[in-house]
Amino acid sequence: MERTIYREIKATQGVWTLGIILLGLVGLAGLSVLYVEHYGHAVTGMNNQIVWGLPHVFAIFLIVAASGALNVASMASVFNNKAYKPLSRLSGILAISLLVGGLLVLVLDLGRPDRLLIAMTTFNFTSIFTWNVLLYTGFIGVVALYLWVQMDRSVHPKFTKPAGILAFVWRLVLTTGTGSIFGWLVARPGYDAAVMAPLFISMSFALGLAVFILVLMALFAMDGRELGEAILKRMTNLLAIFIAVVLYFTAVQHLTNLYAAEHAGIERFILSQGGIYTTLFWGVQIVIGALLPMALIFGGTPGSVSARAGLASVLVIIGGFAQLYVIVVGGQAYPLDTFPGYEVTSSFFDGEIASYTPSVYELALGVGGVAVALIATGLATKVLRILPTNLADKNLEG
Amino acid sequence: MQDERPLDPSRRNFFKSGAAAVTLTLAPGVTVMAFGGTAASAQGADAGKRWGLLIDVNKCSKDCEACVTACKDENGWEGKGKAEQNAQWIRKVTLKDKSTGRESSLPVMCQHCEQPPCVDVCPTGASFKRKDGIVLVDKHICIGCRYCMMACPFKARSFVHEPVNNQKTFAPRGKGTVESCTLCVHRIDAGRIPACVEACDATGNGAMTFGDLNDPESEISKALTAYPSVALRDDLDLNPGVRYANL
Repeated sequence: MERTIYREIKATQGVWTLGIILLGLVGLAGLSVLYVEHYGHAVTGMNNQIVWGLPHVFAIFLIVAASGALNVASMASVFNNKAYKPLSRLSGILAISLLVGGLLVLVLDLGRPDRLLIAMTTFNFTSIFTWNVLLYTGFIGVVALYLWVQMDRSVHPKFTKPAGILAFVWRLVLTTGTGSIFGWLVARPGYDAAVMAPLFISMSFALGLAVFILVLMALFAMDGRELGEAILKRMTNLLAIFIAVVLYFTAVQHLTNLYAAEHAGIERFILSQGGIYTTLFWGVQIVIGALLPMALIFGGTPGSVSARAGLASVLVIIGGFAQLYVIVVGGQAYPLDTFPGYEVTSSFFDGEIASYTPSVYELALGVGGVAVALIATGLATKVLRILPTNLADKNLEG
Repeated sequence: MQDERPLDPSRRNFFKSGAAAVTLTLAPGVTVMAFGGTAASAQGADAGKRWGLLIDVNKCSKDCEACVTACKDENGWEGKGKAEQNAQWIRKVTLKDKSTGRESSLPVMCQHCEQPPCVDVCPTGASFKRKDGIVLVDKHICIGCRYCMMACPFKARSFVHEPVNNQKTFAPRGKGTVESCTLCVHRIDAGRIPACVEACDATGNGAMTFGDLNDPESEISKALTAYPSVALRDDLDLNPGVRYANL
């Protein structure tokens, strides 16, 4: 077995091409932001019923995946699973990059992004948003510390575990904060549930690992490094367990609601009569995003391990995106229950299912956030010693 | 959160000096005004008072939109864009009892809660409650995150989706910020009643009563003592300043 050596990736033509494409996407996002800021959110599909739309789905996806991407490092330094140790650095870098991408989307969709400084300096501590500002910026600092402890040879390795535990606990609190954005909303029948926090944590496990697997495979392929089947098998098996945990919390979420007569309306909407939201829930989130990847991972289907790992990860990401769309947009589409027992009508769409068609500007902003995350990760692996040179099976420890 | 924010003199002075500097150097003859929901109006807030509204649903005519029209005229929020994106500070809602089929009509606006969820969730404190119970948005520090709109159980808040102009100096609006009924705070501070209540009185319906909930001798307090009334979503225990009779 070789000693693990970390080396920068080479600037191949493939790396340059991908970098230029991603920069182009960031440019498009920038133009979209300028356009929306000039004409106002009137040019987006968002309205006074669906106040959070596609940008928020992208942003929350990236933020949730960010905390999950750190799990690979936690597996090594918190849970002593040595096989994951060579991947810890990439895990930290990807976590920071995804978070930055998500926060960019969130901030640039604000009605007044020019007032970001106010959000960073004027706090209201009863707001979970305020706590998230601190948790998100703190996360970047804690993971940076964690990376430094791992990468600086002058730091004794005994500090890796405490730093890893701190980062792991921080990420759990962070995702609790993200889930609580919805969990603490008493006004809306689709939210107002304590299960939102653990549901989001479970989603972060699955989404973060799926993104990590794809990024790892892409970087290794582009740089011609060997990625053995054993590490991929380990990660996909873990992914399948995370998918099952997401399914469990999803079941708890809906069964709890179904039991209460007052929530029958929102459940009927999401589970059977919600049109696009029902299709996304059953078809994309459950079948494509959960059952299919689990069958791929456990079913012994033909094809190489890496093909299955890649496909399963893509499906999990599609499913997670659908799940967040159903939660964020579907939860708002169902009307507020201000007058229980009455049929409600008004010129302000009271009592109606709200409609929402995302605009191309919202899509461009969201995709731009993903591109920023990927550029940051790629750049870090280019200039820092992040990626191990060899992950062949014979080099796998533990 | 119970942020009953006092006037911040340094903040006011800052805006005053900023406005003066702009007038001096850039545009002589043009008055740059610093206005907003907080400082200018909070000066008049009286902690001893709690302003409220009582709406008698039986007296509210289904076809009457006088309160809505009056609010639009007074505060200048008439939307010209898509219906889904236009702001509505006050709206008429028609209710049909699912079991009996009985119909009723009533105006819904910011309920000026004692425990306002919009104030709790606002990350910057732009959403705040005055000492006299009026819930407002400080347009200077609203970042347009719309979390308050997610949190309001009454759909009372609107986001300004399009550029706005020709605003009223006492009701500033801003593209990219959130707004809602101010209870006509500028009128209250001048000793007058809200525009909706005045308009409702003028129609002869007299469905709206405005007054100080803390004053047992006020007309609204006497009516609330004499007749049954409800708060919307009273299960949430927000203690709104707006109450409905005969709902």
